[in-house]
Amino acid sequence: MTAAATPSRFRENIAAALGDERLRGLSPHVQSLIAARAEAAARLPEFEALRDSARAIKDHALAHLDLYLEAFERKATEAGGQVHYARDAAEATATIVDLCKAHGAKTVVKGKSMVSEEIGLNAALDRAGIAAVETDLGEYVVQLREERPSHIIAPAIHLTRKDYEAAFRRAHRDLPADRDLSQPERLLAEARAILRAKFLAADVGITGANFLVAETGAAIVVTNEGNGDLCQVLPKVHIVVASIEKVVPTLNDVAQILRVLARSATGQDMAVYTTAAVGPRRPGDPDGPEEWHVVLVDNGRSAMLGGPFRDMLRCIRCGACMNHCPVYETIGGLAYGWIYAGPMGAVLTPSLIGVAEGGALATASTLCGRCEAACPMRIPLPALLRQWRERAFARALTPAGERFALGLWAFFAKRPALYRLTTGLATRALALVGRARGRFSWLPFASGWTRSRDLAAPQGATFQSRWRAKSGRVK
Amino acid sequence: MAAETEKPPIRVGLFVTCLVDLIRPSVGFAAVKLLEDAGCEVVVPSQSCCGQPAFNSGDRATARAIALKTIDAFAGCDYVVAPSGSCAGMLAKHYPELFADEPELLRKAAAFADKCWELTSFLVDRLGVTAVAARCEGVAAYHDSCAGLREMGVKSQPRALLASVEGLRLVELQDGGACCGFGGVFSVKHGALSGAIVERKAADVAATGADTLIAGDLGCLMNIAGRLQRQGRVVKARHVAEVLAGVSDEPPIGEAAARVKP
Amino acid sequence: MNARDEIFAAVRRSLGVTGNEAPRRAAVEARLAATPTGIIPRRGRGEAAERLATFKAEAARAEASVVEAAALADLPAEVARFLAENHLPATLRVGDDARLAALPWEAAALEISRGPSDGDDANAASAAFAGVAESGTLALVSGADNPTTLAFLPETHIVVLFAADLVGDYESAFAKLRAARPSPRALNFITGPSRSADIEETLLIGAHGPRRLHVIVVAAS
Repeated sequence: MTAAATPSRFRENIAAALGDERLRGLSPHVQSLIAARAEAAARLPEFEALRDSARAIKDHALAHLDLYLEAFERKATEAGGQVHYARDAAEATATIVDLCKAHGAKTVVKGKSMVSEEIGLNAALDRAGIAAVETDLGEYVVQLREERPSHIIAPAIHLTRKDYEAAFRRAHRDLPADRDLSQPERLLAEARAILRAKFLAADVGITGANFLVAETGAAIVVTNEGNGDLCQVLPKVHIVVASIEKVVPTLNDVAQILRVLARSATGQDMAVYTTAAVGPRRPGDPDGPEEWHVVLVDNGRSAMLGGPFRDMLRCIRCGACMNHCPVYETIGGLAYGWIYAGPMGAVLTPSLIGVAEGGALATASTLCGRCEAACPMRIPLPALLRQWRERAFARALTPAGERFALGLWAFFAKRPALYRLTTGLATRALALVGRARGRFSWLPFASGWTRSRDLAAPQGATFQSRWRAKSGRVK
Repeated sequence: MAAETEKPPIRVGLFVTCLVDLIRPSVGFAAVKLLEDAGCEVVVPSQSCCGQPAFNSGDRATARAIALKTIDAFAGCDYVVAPSGSCAGMLAKHYPELFADEPELLRKAAAFADKCWELTSFLVDRLGVTAVAARCEGVAAYHDSCAGLREMGVKSQPRALLASVEGLRLVELQDGGACCGFGGVFSVKHGALSGAIVERKAADVAATGADTLIAGDLGCLMNIAGRLQRQGRVVKARHVAEVLAGVSDEPPIGEAAARVKP
Repeated sequence: MNARDEIFAAVRRSLGVTGNEAPRRAAVEARLAATPTGIIPRRGRGEAAERLATFKAEAARAEASVVEAAALADLPAEVARFLAENHLPATLRVGDDARLAALPWEAAALEISRGPSDGDDANAASAAFAGVAESGTLALVSGADNPTTLAFLPETHIVVLFAADLVGDYESAFAKLRAARPSPRALNFITGPSRSADIEETLLIGAHGPRRLHVIVVAAS
């Protein structure tokens, strides 16, 4: 089964997030990421043109996905790799678990992979008695806390150093209890040592892939920590799990997209480690996996390809959209209730788990458009959010009270003369009531507003009625 | 400047916007003054709303119906100008989307969209207005509405005009591109979340030390001013049209009037 | 139908194609064969001296240290100097790369070990396949000459970049890769030492990979 989802409890999640003091710490983090991206973009004159180039490449790749998948498979197999196909989460995890079992794997080291979260891989491995250790620092601490990552690039962005310390003390019992873990450097050093041992002992390494290159059959893994490479090069078996839309035609095409990936994600020109590898070790290679597998996962992508959400398949998982989103900044990633958060999460989730379960995510947006402005692949996120709202509306998934209010308003809005009459009455009444202060601290039906804000009182007669009175014009 | 006597003046249909129409007509009158001062003939066809609440709520049918009425109402105008980046964006960018599958109506909607403008951008970019003769003492923070900024390209125009207002000093917000959290129906549907977002904007405004808040969208202004006032912060909120037109006899948004207007 | 067939059928159904259309096949074949380049930033362009200057500046931005050596023979002394200056042990692991293997390391009082690393090495040195000026990036390839583990396991990684191998952009590095014989299984782009900002967005160096990246650019002879 696809990993358990609770986006349908979105309202409750938002309320809980609004009451969570710790999430106040998220704002400075995303603000610095916004500034970093802006700086990196400003430093590269070709940045905007590269966004257009990247979009065109992905659009071309998607339009020819079947053929590029074939090419990728051919090249990967030629190099000695084994390519597997999985229609859904269950098939993907079964394939991977079987591969691990076939090698008698006891421990697996994992690089950060959103699709592996989506398919519930760690839980499936766990059920099979295989210990999977997340090696990305943020993913590691989130795994220790039995939480989900709250951000694509910075999975533990919602945590403080104290959270790290508590998790490490609980998990690393063999270390002296009186050791100092108050500083980030000490936490990092401890994680490095603990995970180094895991890397060296692991039977299987599993990573995602930022790109799959049809030209050479390579999987490209991008990290800053180097954990992706240690997962690839040390264990006997390397399994790449990637959704089918990751395929990009050529290495030169990858270069185009790489130039906007790190800049959009963290403001770096290039991540520290970008590795393109295909197949198992070659004759004479002193290191590298003896077996190399790629598990290609559909899980809803082929369906998206033929519909209005196809543009979402251009996503390169950079996280820029959530960094720039005022809603994400306020509620954090976990409130979205599933794997993908922020604007991309709100658009992608209903495609993968259905609009009944996931459609509410699209309502929590002012459609401010900052996400689209930041997206390196120029995905029209606000338009796609609106698409989900249309689908939810058409299926009567909108709450009844809201439908009624909207219906009432629509009745008048479609009849300008009637609209002018009724609104005029209301505004004059409210103006009288509110004249002393010029604003209301509370109004019936407006408590959503007035709980945290005052509401300005109308000036009295409407503009249109005054205009008519002034000019004597009847239209 | 004023049109030549042989050529008829540009006929501008004022899209007043429902918030201005209902809550703060003085913004509409200020917009009329600015347009007439720039030599336009201003008409106000019977109108209700641009349809954005329906559009953003997923009720495409209602949005489409309202759009048709609006397009017809403004048929006789050379231009349609709105004192709002958000409403202008709806008219200029989204109306054609509502008729994507109807070629005849799409043509009509596209032609209509082409003549829709946000007020300050219309004055500066279309009419070439470079200054206004207004006076407003104070230090003002200017908030860019998201739609104005990202859909209509409104950023330098209001600032250019405000620079000519005597006695006014403009300061920039720390995060000018940040949304104020209004989002139309969002402010009520997700009221608490909206309140948390506007809190950051209000703090940004307060941190500038400005005594005045100016913006081109009444929704944003009501939202930010409403939060500032709830916190007891004294910041005068005014629409950019009012400031540029030199409106001095109206209290700021959310403040009491000296006496009731009929 | 098995999973593969079903997925291809679903993809083709969504795209409204059979997969046999000649124009589509031609377009794909053409792109894979021609590997067209897109936009290549100005930053990586220029003559060798300009490229080197860009490389050094960008590598430094990524927290790597970069020095120039006049000749290959100067390497042992430079490495010894670097290690001593940073209070690092005078040990070094290298691969089979002939250019590094032949150097008189012991004369610079460096204890040398050879072959892939198993995690116990303090320092290692690799010869880069290429350098990419636009981002101060090094390109290394897999193989016995410069084992991949040398680039990831030791605390300090020293990379020798021959000036002639310094190209301006990633596309040039990929072109070099395509021409390489034998064809390596992996290409590693490395830009600075290992880092993480996962703890309170605090930038920390030395996550899982090396804490230090020192680049020695050997001048063209």
